[in-house]
Amino acid sequence: MNGLLTQSFLTALVAGGIVAAVPLMFTALGESVSERAGVLNIGLEGMMLLGAYLGFLGAHELHSEWVGFMAGIAGGLAGAIVMAVLSVSMGLDQIVVGIAITLAGEGITSVLQQAQFKGRFPGLGNPATVAIPGLSRLPILGHSLFDQPLLVYLGIGLLALVAWVFRATSWGLNLRAAGEKPEALDAAGISVLAVRTYAVLTTGALAGIGGAYLAIVGANTFTPFMTQGQGFIAIVIAMLARGKPLWVGVSSFVFGICLSIGTALQLTSINISSDVINMLPYIAIMAALILFARGSYLPPALCLPYIRGGK
Amino acid sequence: MAGTQAAERAPAVELIDITKRFPGVLANDQVSLTVRHGEVHCLLGENGAGKSTLISILSGMLRPDSGSIRMDGAEVAIRSPKNALRLGIGTVYQHSTLIPALTVLENLMLGARSLRLDRDGARKRLAEMAAMLGIDVDPEARTGDLALGRQQQVEIISALWRGSRVLVLDEPTSMLTPQGVEELQKVLRRLKEQGTAVVFITHKLHEALAVGDRVSILRRGRLAGALSSEQLASASTEDLRATIIRLMFGEETAEVAGAPELTTDLTAVEEEHSVPAAEGDIYLELKSVSARGEGTEPGIEEVSLRVSRGEIVGVAGMDGNGQRALAEAIAGQRRVTSGTVELFGVAVNRLSVSARQRLGLRYLTDDRLGEGIVGNLGVSLNMFLKRIGEPPFWRWGRIDRRRVNAEASGLVKAFDIRTPRLDARAGTLSGGNVQKLLLARELSFDPKVVVFHKPTYGLDLKTTEHVRAVIRDLVGKGAAVVVVSTDLDELIELCGRIAVLSRGRLAGIVDNGPHAVDQVGSLMIGTTEAA
Amino acid sequence: MALETGATVDASLASGARAAEPARLARWWRTVVRSLAPVILALIAGGLLLLALGQNPVRFYVAVWQGGIESGGWQNSAVLMAPLLLIALGLIIVFRAGIWNLGYDGQYLLGAALVAGFGPSILQTWPTPLAYAALFLIAGCTGALWTLVPAVLMAWYETNEIITTLMMSFIGVGVANILVKGPFQDPAVNIPQTRTIPFSKLLPNLSGTRVHVGVLLALGAVVVVHYLLTRTSFGLRLQVLGANPRTARHVGIDVRRVIVTSFVWSGFLIGVAAAVDVLGLWAYVRANWNPGYGDTVIPFVFLARLNPLAVVPFVAFYAVLSTGGDLAAQQANLPTDFLLVLVALILLFMTVIEYLGRRRDLGQSYLTPGLKEALRRPLVRRRPAQ
Repeated sequence: MNGLLTQSFLTALVAGGIVAAVPLMFTALGESVSERAGVLNIGLEGMMLLGAYLGFLGAHELHSEWVGFMAGIAGGLAGAIVMAVLSVSMGLDQIVVGIAITLAGEGITSVLQQAQFKGRFPGLGNPATVAIPGLSRLPILGHSLFDQPLLVYLGIGLLALVAWVFRATSWGLNLRAAGEKPEALDAAGISVLAVRTYAVLTTGALAGIGGAYLAIVGANTFTPFMTQGQGFIAIVIAMLARGKPLWVGVSSFVFGICLSIGTALQLTSINISSDVINMLPYIAIMAALILFARGSYLPPALCLPYIRGGK
Repeated sequence: MAGTQAAERAPAVELIDITKRFPGVLANDQVSLTVRHGEVHCLLGENGAGKSTLISILSGMLRPDSGSIRMDGAEVAIRSPKNALRLGIGTVYQHSTLIPALTVLENLMLGARSLRLDRDGARKRLAEMAAMLGIDVDPEARTGDLALGRQQQVEIISALWRGSRVLVLDEPTSMLTPQGVEELQKVLRRLKEQGTAVVFITHKLHEALAVGDRVSILRRGRLAGALSSEQLASASTEDLRATIIRLMFGEETAEVAGAPELTTDLTAVEEEHSVPAAEGDIYLELKSVSARGEGTEPGIEEVSLRVSRGEIVGVAGMDGNGQRALAEAIAGQRRVTSGTVELFGVAVNRLSVSARQRLGLRYLTDDRLGEGIVGNLGVSLNMFLKRIGEPPFWRWGRIDRRRVNAEASGLVKAFDIRTPRLDARAGTLSGGNVQKLLLARELSFDPKVVVFHKPTYGLDLKTTEHVRAVIRDLVGKGAAVVVVSTDLDELIELCGRIAVLSRGRLAGIVDNGPHAVDQVGSLMIGTTEAA
Repeated sequence: MALETGATVDASLASGARAAEPARLARWWRTVVRSLAPVILALIAGGLLLLALGQNPVRFYVAVWQGGIESGGWQNSAVLMAPLLLIALGLIIVFRAGIWNLGYDGQYLLGAALVAGFGPSILQTWPTPLAYAALFLIAGCTGALWTLVPAVLMAWYETNEIITTLMMSFIGVGVANILVKGPFQDPAVNIPQTRTIPFSKLLPNLSGTRVHVGVLLALGAVVVVHYLLTRTSFGLRLQVLGANPRTARHVGIDVRRVIVTSFVWSGFLIGVAAAVDVLGLWAYVRANWNPGYGDTVIPFVFLARLNPLAVVPFVAFYAVLSTGGDLAAQQANLPTDFLLVLVALILLFMTVIEYLGRRRDLGQSYLTPGLKEALRRPLVRRRPAQ
């Protein structure tokens, strides 16, 4: 039991936790935007996978992480466009379309990977990191916390940006109105469909980055079905965070630790079967739902398509 | 007060020969309307006459099939709500378009051009407009927490926020206390002074006469007649009443002439319908009952009420004061957190909805489509939805379709429900027929205590009068009835005693009779003017 | 209590106007078209995708037919129908009540693990029919038990069931793995799998075929479930709950009881599907194995408008597609996950055709309104205002 408090364990835990948290963070942030506007993206898993595969492909073929991340955005957007057209514009059921996008994402990325690499699973090199001077030299946690790829810092900055948008811009107000009472937004002369479409596209882009990060930085490769339910975890994070970006960051980190604790534990003398470790994040979600979801507030118009003048 | 000044300017809005058709229905048939600056033009007509359609066209929600619209003399096309706002038409709808979770300021800033929200600028403008209208509003208050009258004032400000010169009010008084109505009239006077043109839609004659400079009457989609300001000023109230009623109803006048909506003076109705206090066994009693609210609607607290055999007790109050909580607590749909509900002297707190139904309790919900029926199921199945699993319709879990259809067919005839087939989907019936279906369902199996929630809301006057007759008939046969309604006219007409719900508490119980309206009105506002 | 009749003023106008009901035959025809069109469109779109990948779609679909039907392939398809039908039935029951049970993978695998774990010993010691009954019961109860947590959370705390069933599914898969690698591990082999049930003890085949009687069981279940759902008070309560939970409460239905009951029966059927599959086809369960039937059966459940009888031809179609498709994909050097893409396309086309047909008919939707309402409910019961 002494193994838990060693430096190597803590370092590995925090470092692994951050790596695992970043995809969740981006994806959950995107989902917050959508949910605020009244759209529920069950297809997040599919968008992440599309982002992961295209991201990996871009990074691998063109030997540049940033190309990979851009490609990841495109992948996530592809899934989001389907959602926007079918669910937002045409008002089709958000859950069914979401299931379809997830299945399609899983299937297409698996097929494409096989078609492109024919059974091989090539890897990428380790990503470049940016060390914050001074802080990164702190004992124990300094290296793992403050020496991360640039995208991580950008992600945290994005949390702050989105929080500001929600609070102080008319975009944020429109999002809120679209989720609370779309008829009011329509009566004010603003297109509910446009607001929700932009929200969904944003979610897709962010989920794409999340997926790309998972493949490029997290696993250094792409394997089919690699998200293993993280898209759904992101949905739960978005709901628990009640639309507050700061909480998205915090919850993502907590679940990231859950996801990565298995690898860190290998450094200690503690021996728990990997199957149990793998179940940990899902058990954590169930616990979180039961304990903390009380009082989580969801926009009243969530999941309802908006049709002017109709009921 | 229209003044000759207004007559010289081109009218603010002119609707010329507007026609709008829906599948199976001609909602507006070549309707023309002229609204002048600084004038209140009342649009009168009963439910279903086509007023809402016309308003939707004016506000940009719908486009007319034919006809033209002019503003200040120039022809325009109102393509969308955004377009309507830009053309200067602001609309206050019957159902609030405020977002309850947002503050007054945030609601007003909705639709702003700039990216960054200019809170200070908006605050200043709000103060200016509030002063102009003579009202007082707290910018940081959550609109959901405001009293309904105050909410409406915010909506009027919102409609005028971008400098609209035409204000359309759709049935604005349906949710207001009598005092709230007076305040609204004051605001309208101020608006007229500013030169705003106001279109005021209502189905109540006395309101139209009180507020309108001009009155147009719609009937079955057509403009049945119009009264100019000179005519309104010159004729006597009785003559005007007779003329307008004839225009609104044509040959059906005799059947509806007694309805309270059409009287000009409610005190006459009060006296006509004051009912002696009922004696008899107490069928329903609430002893200090509290129940929690749901969502944005409040619950009830320590409500005590007694309803005897043969009595009709009304529950008055504006929407959102706990009416649904009260109705559902009685019916068993909502858990009571303290106090007892007693049926025939026996506490029924622990009894489920179906158990209470078996004791003879019936509940007609106001949300007919959303709660009362299952739209996808047939009329006959809906008829027995509250008796699933019970013989003779179900034996050992198995349905006896023939029995179901036989009984349903009898009820359809008895209650005059217009439906093409017994198994036609209930969602395809018209509003009036859905209500008749619900009446058939609730009242045909030995009802002893019946709770009606908004029994005639949205129905045409003829069906309304029928429903009221059914209620009186029920009571004549010895049932105890509670009518929960926001329509004070209706309560005065039907009830012997009227309880007033305000913020979830029983503010008082008024015996029907002279001055009942005033008493109820003062009870309603007694504890509500918080905002 | 009759009302006097007279000229009825049918005065509902404007946005409340109702469309006239189309003729019965036209409606039936339209339903058929709307059920088949998505499948056909998806096959075409899938063909285009194959072209893009450099494959020959015609050759692919011919191979599907050959593998799925010709030269004994139909028998494999028939065998596949057994678990698919039972799972479809399990889904139909909850979907009708407006409940999303997405935990089928976990429920199936746990049932399978237990049957594979206890199967060999029970079949050795007990008389065979009794052993089968016991194993079906064990699997069914396992599946049912695994739905209890989400069911109770949903019934008492209004916790959203999409997330809870999904999470329980992942947990269930993990637990099944642990069981297979642990107490149920076959001591004689190195691979992580359970002991194999001897061939003689597997479900008997229909004479002259390789199709085991489990298929008959599944078809029998279809008839029973159809009767339950369309002719009994239980079925009507499900329907009302699925149409509108508020109406259900209003008419006196014990909503909590219906939620839990429908969840439990759903889990039970899915567990039984696992038993039929293991006892009829696989004979053992390997770790990290998941046939993923549930994902692929969902669109067909909707296409069949949640009708047990109607779902049979759809499931038959998919069984052929899956059996033949596996072989065709291998021949074409594609991963079998391609079938997921086809299934997703069917779902997508189904929603689009739904949209196109929406204006004309009321209530022809494949989804109950209750299903659409699923995520409007908060994760846990909201604290009421004030």
